[in-house]
Amino acid sequence: MIKRLFVAGALASAVLLQGCGYNTMQAGDQQIKASWAEVVNQYQRRADLIPNLVETVKGFAGQEQAVLLGVTNARAKVGSIQATPELVNDPQAFARFQQAQGELSSALARLMVVVERYPQLKSDQNFRDLQAQLEGTENRIAVARNRYIKSVQEYNTVVVQFPTNLTAMIFGFKEKPQFTVENEKAIAQPPKVDFGKPAAVPAPVPAR
Amino acid sequence: MIEGTLPRALLAAVLLFAPQFSAAQVPVPPLKARVTDLTATLTSDQRAALEQKLAALEARKGSQVAVLLVPTTQPETVEQYAIRVFDQWKLGRKGIDDGVLLLVAKNDRKLRIEVGYGLEGAIPDAIAKRVVDEDIVPLFKQGNFYGGISAGTDRVSKLIEGESMPPPKRTAAPGSGWSTETLFIGFIILAMASQLLHSLLGRFPGAGVAGVAAGIVGYVLAGLAAAVIVGLIAFVISLFIGATGRRGSGWSSGGNWSSGGGSWSSGGGGFSGGGGSSGGGGASGRW
Repeated sequence: MIKRLFVAGALASAVLLQGCGYNTMQAGDQQIKASWAEVVNQYQRRADLIPNLVETVKGFAGQEQAVLLGVTNARAKVGSIQATPELVNDPQAFARFQQAQGELSSALARLMVVVERYPQLKSDQNFRDLQAQLEGTENRIAVARNRYIKSVQEYNTVVVQFPTNLTAMIFGFKEKPQFTVENEKAIAQPPKVDFGKPAAVPAPVPAR
Repeated sequence: MIEGTLPRALLAAVLLFAPQFSAAQVPVPPLKARVTDLTATLTSDQRAALEQKLAALEARKGSQVAVLLVPTTQPETVEQYAIRVFDQWKLGRKGIDDGVLLLVAKNDRKLRIEVGYGLEGAIPDAIAKRVVDEDIVPLFKQGNFYGGISAGTDRVSKLIEGESMPPPKRTAAPGSGWSTETLFIGFIILAMASQLLHSLLGRFPGAGVAGVAAGIVGYVLAGLAAAVIVGLIAFVISLFIGATGRRGSGWSSGGNWSSGGGSWSSGGGGFSGGGGSSGGGGASGRW
């Protein structure tokens, strides 16, 4: 009899907990932590690629000091921010992290534009491999961010919706910060097209 | 309260516009075969040859390689579309994530090799890029799509062959849903229900009810053939579960279970993903 009561009680509390969304929020919280870890992991992977990349580019295009220095500095800044799981609960630290990663992204983008001027560098197998790795990592970052955005969206919906927002209030579940586009202003501006200088293309092979 | 209003409004806006965004995207075709050609580029012979090679690879190594040809992925990039296809198809075995997708967007003149988590060691991005640039693109430039796809999948297969992977499972088909956990939980539930039914209805009718109930569950999960097998087995197990003295025969009927599952899965045919996932590894290229 007591056993039966116990089972009934356990079932009832399980159903109640389901209804109030406590478990959903806990699960969502864990999901966000996991997807955030993946984001940080991929950003780290990118940071690890950079010294090698800078070295390789230096070998062919040493005169591009400013751009190379920009990448190195941006990487150093990224490395100085501790990307702990708690970062997700601190919107300001989150924004700082995001800004630093954004700066590194644009520094790398500038480097890749400069690289176009060095056909020898572009045909170097080592550089090509590094470039493929960088592209792959950027894509992984995009995927990881996307998954983070989705899990935060699901969690935040539960936290703000009735009646689960009451549970969230009682247990102190807060909305998590969402990724935004880092270069909102840059996107809003129309791209500049400059036809003045001819692009540095390798000379066409004369027909035999 | 006020600070909650803005995010809620934003959320509403996102929810409002989300269906419109997704409506504009190219839909992911259902996974029915290893080679899916929506551009009518490959002949049926060529498709069969590719299918055969990829099936042989899965039989040897357990890894799933699939090919998809679409006219375009616009407005998404080939990378974005590839990850959506991979998420939906779930190529590769669950937990091992050894799937590869070769995606060709014919009119965009772009392609991508998307590599599952488990094969990122065998096919790192730099190697995937070489497969794209060295094996596939030169042939695509000549308009030889079959040749390019064949060369690409061959090289990918070779890379997978060189990697030591968990051996392929012979019995259960990937994605059939008969995981060990399902069987285990089913067995526990059956055991508990049997005890209850035995005490309420007596041993034989109780086992009958358990068998029918298990059959219904089997029908819902897997279809008629599975329902009959599952129902019968559940009946036998349930019959012996109360009588601890005859444990031996009870367990031997457990052996029937796995053989039943095997025969059921082999009748299914077709091709489905095994539950693998990808984190965006691989490489893209254009021709």
